[in-house]
Amino acid sequence: MNKRNLLRATACAALLASGGLAFAQGAPFKVGLILPMTGQQATTGRQVEAAARLWIAQNGDTVAGRKVELIVKDDTSLPDMTRRLAQELIVNDKVDVLAGMGITPSALAVAPLATQSKTPLVVMAAATSSITQASPFIVRSSFTLPQVSVALADWAPKNGIKNVVTLVSDYGPGIDAEKFFKERFQFNGGKVPESLRVPLRNPDFAPFLQKVRDLKPDALFVFVPSGAGAAVMKQFAERGMDKAGIRLIATGDVTDDDQLNDMGDAAVGVVTSHHYSAAHPSAANKKFVEAFQKANNGLRPNFMAMGGYDGMRLIYDAIKKTGGKGKGEALVNAMKGDMFESPRGPVLIDAQTRDITQNVYLRKVEKKDGQLWNVEFDVIKDVKDPGKTK
Amino acid sequence: MLTILFDGIAYGMLLFILALGLAVTMGLMNFINLAHGAFAMAGGYVTVLLMQRADVPFLVCLPIAFVVPALLGAVLERTLYRPLYHKPHLDQVLFSIGLTFMAVAAVDFFVGSTQQLIQLPQWLRGRTEIGSGAWTLGMGHYRLFIIAVCAALTIALQYVLSRTRFGSRLRAAVDDQRVAAGMGINVNVVFLTTFAFGSGLAGLGGALGAEVLGLDPTFPLKFMIYFLIVVAVGGTSSITGPLLAALLLGIADVAGKYYIPKLGAFIVYTLMIAILIWRPQGLFSRGAKA
Repeated sequence: MNKRNLLRATACAALLASGGLAFAQGAPFKVGLILPMTGQQATTGRQVEAAARLWIAQNGDTVAGRKVELIVKDDTSLPDMTRRLAQELIVNDKVDVLAGMGITPSALAVAPLATQSKTPLVVMAAATSSITQASPFIVRSSFTLPQVSVALADWAPKNGIKNVVTLVSDYGPGIDAEKFFKERFQFNGGKVPESLRVPLRNPDFAPFLQKVRDLKPDALFVFVPSGAGAAVMKQFAERGMDKAGIRLIATGDVTDDDQLNDMGDAAVGVVTSHHYSAAHPSAANKKFVEAFQKANNGLRPNFMAMGGYDGMRLIYDAIKKTGGKGKGEALVNAMKGDMFESPRGPVLIDAQTRDITQNVYLRKVEKKDGQLWNVEFDVIKDVKDPGKTK
Repeated sequence: MLTILFDGIAYGMLLFILALGLAVTMGLMNFINLAHGAFAMAGGYVTVLLMQRADVPFLVCLPIAFVVPALLGAVLERTLYRPLYHKPHLDQVLFSIGLTFMAVAAVDFFVGSTQQLIQLPQWLRGRTEIGSGAWTLGMGHYRLFIIAVCAALTIALQYVLSRTRFGSRLRAAVDDQRVAAGMGINVNVVFLTTFAFGSGLAGLGGALGAEVLGLDPTFPLKFMIYFLIVVAVGGTSSITGPLLAALLLGIADVAGKYYIPKLGAFIVYTLMIAILIWRPQGLFSRGAKA
């Protein structure tokens, strides 16, 4: 070995040693964020990631002396892929927290891994009620479908809607929405003459909507994933159902802020219930929406972004509470009962269920300055997930 | 009830125009082109992008949605497809399904995976109702438009295939390439034109369907099944076969979903199995006649 090489080797060794030293002083706190960044659910991934990064940009990347590192993985919303990525993140990257989960099957696929490895799993999007019961390490920062459907079932009978046909996509969240809306609505004295379930990949809504039109209910309750929601709404208008005296009520997924502007005037007047609207009139939300749009080329944040933003806050709070040393169970315990003012309003993580308790708002689509917004007109305060009360 | 029939016909017509190009390539040219849906998607995206980003009126978009996939089809036929004409069907299937996945990924990358929405002109949005009670016929104007366009195309196409010089050349080229070439027919040009035309039709179908069927990058995979059912049930030797098959399936699908919503999604498959057991070559085919 000549002199130059020896010098090089020494330099390398020194560099490695100093790196190792830094590692020992305060290893980074790793957050493994698994999201669908491509494929059908890609908007979810895009929104959640953008919001998580916004939170870090606004609050600094060091908490209680630990540097927070975000590792984003794309699961293309295939549950077996989510599981594999989670495994890699736990074993190879030794992440402190798993987060993300665009769809219910993904969250359920990772749940056993979270339990075995004692890694907290912050669910930021998936909204089937049962998810938090799948592992004691799951904490949810998004919402549940029963939560928002029940609010609508309480509001409707008070506003002259006594007879409702339900139309949902035939999968976990859809069935949740149907079941909880129907039960509460019937409890409130309403009638549900027909419950329609459409295949998740349904090409044409015409026959279902025609059926609803012939049944002539006071309103049609809809839950479908946001992309399909626009199609339902357009065909609803095209079929002249609003003119036939049928109202369209839905969970907020249908008038997703991410897509609302492209839906056109067919969406105006649709009443939905949800936990977040980009038009929520609070100073905190105005700040959030402005910062989000500035950082993302004018993209409007939707409820998925909210889940990602508050999910990161939960993680930050847990690191702070445990003095930067917490792991596994300690982190989950720190998240339990966490209470804060989010851009969506006051939020509490229920200590028993680890699910989110929040206000659910009733909104109506309105046109303001040439843009469509979900404008809130009523609120039901502190709604717990009704899926867990039995 | 008449409304259901009407919706079914409109849906069937849409399926027909989407599947027609496939019936042509698969039946006439004997090439299994599973990437057919990708051309339909190309037409859909041409329309959506022109309308969203350049404010081109819908009616102007339709011919462009025909021309762009047709040109694309012509280029691909010349470069990628032609060498595969004489390869086994399995090679063709693998090749074209690969092409489909590439198209899906490419659109996902360049345009994004969200559902694309278009705004139809006002005159296509309304609805006309005739009659009352059980015999009400409610016609959405857009669906009426689809039926009109598809009917016109069918008649024109039938005329081209059975009455014109090009039609007879095509049929000759399909039946026996060597003899046709010996008679002075430029088989390559005939096939190139036919393939491009089929792709163009798919593109037009995609453009018309974007409003009703929705449009996202998984479009070719989502509807591949439907195209294949139409072609399999209708047979591949004429265009009347796929037309009747598409209408039958469209009406059955819509009526099934209306009357028995719980079973609705399966009616199409059940019908296909029943028909194929009865006539394995499809409803109309040379195979069944012989």
